[in-house]
Amino acid sequence: MQACMTLIRREVGSFFCSWIGYIVIAGAMFLMGLSFVTLLDKLQGEPASMPLTELFLGGCFWLILLFSAPVITMRLFALEKSSGTFETLMTAPVSDWQVVIAKFTAAMIFYMLMWLPMLACVLALRYFARGSSLPNPGALGGSYLGIFLIGCLYMAAGCFASALTRSQIVAAMISFAFGLAFFLAGFLAGPLDLQRGWAAQALNCVSVMGQMKDFARGVVDTRSIVFCLTSTLFFLFLACRVIESRRWR
Amino acid sequence: MMIDVSNLSKSYAGTTAVADVSFQVERGEIVGLLGPNGAGKSTTMRILACFIPATSGAATVAGLDVFTQSDEVRRRIGYMPENNPLHPEMRVREYLKFRARLKGLGRARSRERVDAVITQCGLESVNKRIIGHLSKGYRQRVGLADALVHEPELIILDEPTLGLDPSQIRSVRQLIKNLGRRHTVLLSSHILPEVEMTCNRVLIMREGRILAADTPENLQRAFGKNGHLIAEIAAPFEELKTCWEQMPELAHYTISAAEGDYHRCALTLAGSHDLRPKIFALVVERGWKLRELSRVRHSLEEVYIRLTRPESEEETL
Repeated sequence: MQACMTLIRREVGSFFCSWIGYIVIAGAMFLMGLSFVTLLDKLQGEPASMPLTELFLGGCFWLILLFSAPVITMRLFALEKSSGTFETLMTAPVSDWQVVIAKFTAAMIFYMLMWLPMLACVLALRYFARGSSLPNPGALGGSYLGIFLIGCLYMAAGCFASALTRSQIVAAMISFAFGLAFFLAGFLAGPLDLQRGWAAQALNCVSVMGQMKDFARGVVDTRSIVFCLTSTLFFLFLACRVIESRRWR
Repeated sequence: MMIDVSNLSKSYAGTTAVADVSFQVERGEIVGLLGPNGAGKSTTMRILACFIPATSGAATVAGLDVFTQSDEVRRRIGYMPENNPLHPEMRVREYLKFRARLKGLGRARSRERVDAVITQCGLESVNKRIIGHLSKGYRQRVGLADALVHEPELIILDEPTLGLDPSQIRSVRQLIKNLGRRHTVLLSSHILPEVEMTCNRVLIMREGRILAADTPENLQRAFGKNGHLIAEIAAPFEELKTCWEQMPELAHYTISAAEGDYHRCALTLAGSHDLRPKIFALVVERGWKLRELSRVRHSLEEVYIRLTRPESEEETL
């Protein structure tokens, strides 16, 4: 436990020791701000037909997630491997899964910090808007839950990608590919003409896009929770195995 | 017994890095692993440090198996890999604190130990500096401090003086020598004088095998062919010449004039026994003056070169 905490602290700290952390946060804030301004513009006209959070998160969430996940996770293992510190890390009395969990947790902490500015948007809205256009707390809670769960999935996939290679760029590309695949899964049903049957159902379950829509509306579906958590665990397990693989090569 | 390695082998896809290596290291010894690049030194050390497992064979550290009790072994080992990787963005004290906590030291204990190793490794003046901005010598000391911070029983150092300048090498060497009082040290190097000066025992490796294992002196004795003596004596040239000719133990001699009455005699011995008492007695008997009498030691270098020369090269010579 102590080893995990120590590692998490160092990992989170190192995000803020380099430019990467600040650039990611600045980029995310810019997109959020842009989305917020568009939202305000829409609110000037007729009353919104869908919950504000859904309107707000529709575009900016995916843009931020798809690009920030690879950047946040690429250095986790790849940097340690290329600089050689992986060797000092793994010869300290810590187990492989402790290292994986610690790195994943650190990435999640940074990722959730990145989403904090969204609360400021909500507060601003609360200050300027009147009654009907206020986001309801359920939808807001649902949105954050969705951001967290889908973030878990993307960070875990990023961890796995980073464990695979010693080059940060390759790690980022693999993790971007994973992210894009999950994102686009929802769109596949149309072109493939899959309306029903098991394939359509499977695609529906994997489609994080649809799931986020539900979360943003404040609808919490256990299927998506189970999907996100199990696939997170799966990717972390894979990352663990990759780290372990140096023992059987 | 600190380290007990028996029949250890490690092969990577296709190539054998370590082949059937066995050796023991006692508590409190400073042992040097010597060999050309690619001899399997680093691999052996990585196996002992539990970073990679061996293909076959067994290794124990302090009686614990490195494969099955790896966690316990890692607590007892301070390992500094080749090239001494560090986190360049961290500060010296911060990094050592991080490593101490990672190795399971309590909060108060880690503070105390970090202070101790900072003093021990002479890092007081840079303890707030960023590691990436330090000179190579200081970085090396940070690596050493990291290996020492949890007071390990065994310290494994892979090329601890790689890339240092002579005065830095000297200070690191002194540091390692001092470690020998309380810890067991296993270090690797391809720099001979370093090993000769710091280690109680040397293991010479080539192509994954151990070719010789002994104290530097014994190795010199066993592998040095003939001894050489230097004597500076104030005596007439002719008398010296007849003296040396009559001495059956000498294989070869040269006499050259030095300042004043002195002559410098370089004597090559036929056998390996020490002629110095005999020469001294001779000088006293003749009433000459003697101002230098010394044995030219075969450096470990010759032993090393002979042992580590690839076989193909040996045949042609």
